[in-house]
Amino acid sequence: MADKQVIFKIQRFDPETDKKPYFKEYSVPLIDGMTVLEGLSYIQEHIDGSIAFRSSCRAGVCGSCGMHINGAYRLACETQIANLESDVITIKPLAHMKVLKDLIVDLEPFWEKYRSVKPYLIPGDPNPEIERLQTQDEREDLVGMIDCILCGCCQAACTMTGTDEEYLGPAILFKADRFAKDSRDHALKERINLTGGAHGVWRCHTIYNCQVACPKKLDPTGAIADLKRKSIDRGTRISFWGKI
Amino acid sequence: MIYHKVLVVGGGLAGMRAAIAVSEHYTNVALLTKIYPVRSHSGAAQGGINGALCNNPRGLHDSCERHGFDTIKGSDFLADQKASMLLTAEAPKRIRELEHWGCPFDRTEEGKIAQRPFGGAGFPRTCYAADKTGHVILHVLYEQLVKHEIKTYNEWMVTKLVVEDGICRGVIAMELLTGKLHPIMAEAVIFTTGGSGRSYGVTTNARTSTGLGMAIPYMEGIPLKDMEFVQFHPTTLVGSNILMTEGCRGEGGYLKNKLGERFMQKYAPDFMELAPRDIVSRCITTEILEGRGFDNSYVHLDLTHLGAHKIITRLPGIREICINFKGIDPITQPIPIQPGMHYFMGGIDCNIDCATDVPGFYAAGECACVSVHGANRLGGNSLLETVVFGAIAGEKAVKYIEGKKDARKGEKALNSALEQQESKINNLLNNQGKEKMPDITKEMSETMLKKVGVFRKKDELKAALDKIKELIQRYKNLGLLNKNRKCNQELMWALELEGNLLVDETVVAGALVREESRGSHSRTDFPKRDDKNWLKHTVATYSSDGVKLSYKEVDTSIYEPVERKY
Repeated sequence: MADKQVIFKIQRFDPETDKKPYFKEYSVPLIDGMTVLEGLSYIQEHIDGSIAFRSSCRAGVCGSCGMHINGAYRLACETQIANLESDVITIKPLAHMKVLKDLIVDLEPFWEKYRSVKPYLIPGDPNPEIERLQTQDEREDLVGMIDCILCGCCQAACTMTGTDEEYLGPAILFKADRFAKDSRDHALKERINLTGGAHGVWRCHTIYNCQVACPKKLDPTGAIADLKRKSIDRGTRISFWGKI
Repeated sequence: MIYHKVLVVGGGLAGMRAAIAVSEHYTNVALLTKIYPVRSHSGAAQGGINGALCNNPRGLHDSCERHGFDTIKGSDFLADQKASMLLTAEAPKRIRELEHWGCPFDRTEEGKIAQRPFGGAGFPRTCYAADKTGHVILHVLYEQLVKHEIKTYNEWMVTKLVVEDGICRGVIAMELLTGKLHPIMAEAVIFTTGGSGRSYGVTTNARTSTGLGMAIPYMEGIPLKDMEFVQFHPTTLVGSNILMTEGCRGEGGYLKNKLGERFMQKYAPDFMELAPRDIVSRCITTEILEGRGFDNSYVHLDLTHLGAHKIITRLPGIREICINFKGIDPITQPIPIQPGMHYFMGGIDCNIDCATDVPGFYAAGECACVSVHGANRLGGNSLLETVVFGAIAGEKAVKYIEGKKDARKGEKALNSALEQQESKINNLLNNQGKEKMPDITKEMSETMLKKVGVFRKKDELKAALDKIKELIQRYKNLGLLNKNRKCNQELMWALELEGNLLVDETVVAGALVREESRGSHSRTDFPKRDDKNWLKHTVATYSSDGVKLSYKEVDTSIYEPVERKY
C-alpha cells in the first residue's frame, strides 16, 4: 500500500494570469485512511505551494472545504480517497461562483443573500426572565434544520442558481425555513415576503440536486416546499413577480 | 488608514460575543478573522455549555456556587477562585440570552433547556443541542452579528500587534487573498483567537488552531500564563483524532479495555467515566501503557447498550463522524478512542476584566488565561467561558475607551510596524534556506506529543525544550515553495508555524520547571501536587534569547485547597 500513488487532477485558475481554467495533475502517495483534504495539503506542502483551497476543522463541521470531487459536491475533509474507488481524483471549485484562485470562490454574493433573509430569530414578545419555553414537539421541528454548515454545496449543485444569479438558492432558503419552523419566531409573513418573488422559492424547479448534494444529508428541497406551502396556507400566495 | 473604535481579532464564539457587546455602545466595531466566522473551531464543540439552571430533576439543588466549586476543584485549585465564581455566576444569564437569540437547545418535558451530566460536575448542568452545541451557538452568534450589522474582515490575518509607549494602537493585518498588508488603528483590540492544537499532531483541533494569536502579543512583551497546562481529551477517534464528546459518557457510555473491563472502576469509583478529563486521560493512557489497550494504542468507548434511539437523537453527530471517518456504527460497534490534545488552559495573561498589562489590549476565550480553569478545565466550561468573558471583554473595552484621554493616536507606530512586517514577509518569501515546512511541523508535533503529553518527566522535557529551540533556529532558514505574495497559503502557514513554535517553547519551559503533578500537568518523576512550592501561576515572558519564567500568586480566597478525589 505504501507505494500506491493516486493522481489528483485539480482545476487551477488565477484570474490575473490565466485566460481560462486548466487542470494540473499531481501524484500523491496514498496513505491508509487518507482524505481528499489530506491529499490537497500534501500537494501544497510538498509539491506545489501555489495551490489554493479553503479548509479548517477537518472534521466535517466547519463547511470550508466544499468542492466538486469526482462528479459530486463533497467536503474534502470527510471524503476518504479509498471510498472514491478511483486512481484519479478530479477536483473543481463550487460552481456558479466567481473563482478567485484555484478552488477558492467568491462567497460574498452568498453571504449577501444570507443577510438579506433576516437570518435570525424574530420573537413576537419581549424576552422573559428565564428561557422561552418550547415543547419537545416544537423542538422536534428543528431537527435537521439546525445542522446546515453553509458549505455551499447545494448552492453550487442547483441548476437555478446557475441560470439566475439573483436566485436566493437552496442554502439561503433552507436558513429562512429554519426560522419559519421555529415556534419562537413570529415573523412568518415577513419571511414569506423576503423569500417569495421572482428570485425566491418560486424559482425552485424541484430538481432535488440540492438534496442530493448536501454532505449533511439535509433536505433543502423540502424546506423550499415548506416555505411555498406556508405562503399558500396563509392565503397569501405571492405572485411570481411581486410581493403582497 | 483603517480605523475602528474596537477591533476584535478572531471570529469564534468569544470574538463574536465581544463584538456584539461593543456594538451595543459603538457602531464602529469590526471583527477580523482569518477564515469566516461560521468556520471557526468553536463550532466543533459538541457536548454542551454549563450553567446552574436547575432544569434537570436531578439538578434541583444545583447552584452557581456549587458550579464554581466544581470548577475550582476540577482546576486542581490553580484557578483564580473569584474568576471561576464570576464565570459560573454569569452562566444562567448568558445561556438564557443565547436561548433568547434563538439557540435551539434541547428541551425538558416542561419546555425548559435540557441539561445532561458531564465530567467533574456534581449535578447535570450541561445545556445541549444534541451533540452539536458549539455549532448551533456559533451560528446563533453569527446571526446576531448579522442582525447588529457588524463589519467583518473575512480571510484577513493579523501578523502584528502595535504597542506604542505601552499603549495598544492597533494591528497589522494581511488580506489573505491578495497578500496585501494593512495597518488598522483601533482604540482597543480584543484577541479571541483560540488555542494551538496544531502544536500537537494528535489533536481534536482545526488546522487553523495554531497559537499565532497567543504568540503575537507574547512577542510584544505581553506574557503568557500557565502554558504548561494542556488538556488531553480522553476520547478522540483513532486515526483522525476527531472529538468524541464527553456527552457520550454523559449519556451513559462506557470505557472498556481489551479485557472488556470498565477500568474507571479502579481509578474513580464514584464518578467512573465522568471523572474530570485529566484523570480519565491518564487512566486510559495507563491502561494502554500497561498492555490492556487494543493494538497498544487505544481503548473502546462503548455506546452499544444505549440503544439506537438514544444515539440517533442525542448523539447524531458522533454517529455521523464514526461512519464517515472510521466506517463503524456506534449503535452496534464500540468506538476506538485514545486521548488527544484538546485545549490550552493557559493563554494570554489577563485579569478578571480580560485586560492585560497593555492598556487597550484585551483577550478572551481559549487564547486568554483569565484563569478560570487552572490546571484542568471541566467539559462544558469552555463554551461558557467564551460567552461570559467575550461579553466582559467587549464591555470593559468600551469602558476603557470612555475614560481614554487621547484618540486616533499611533499612526507613526502603525506605519513603521507596517514597514517592518513588509520586510519580514519579503524576507520569508525570498529566503533560499534549505529547511522545509513539513519537516519542521512534523518534528514539532512529534516532540510535543511524545515528550510533552499526558505523562511528562524531566529528561524528556529537557530534550523537548532543546528540540523546540533548535526548530526555532531552523525556522530562520525556511525555504518556501511558493514565492508569490498573492493568495499564498503556504506563506500563511509559515507565519502560523512561527506562532506554534513560540507557544510550544512556553509550554515546554513551564512544564520542565514545574516539579509537581497538578491537573493536566502530570510528572512521573514528581507524582504529587505540591501546594507549598507550586500553588502559583507560571508567567512566561518573551525575550530574544528565549522564554523567561516568573510566577504569580493564585487567588484561593474562597476555598482552601484540598486533595482532589472523585
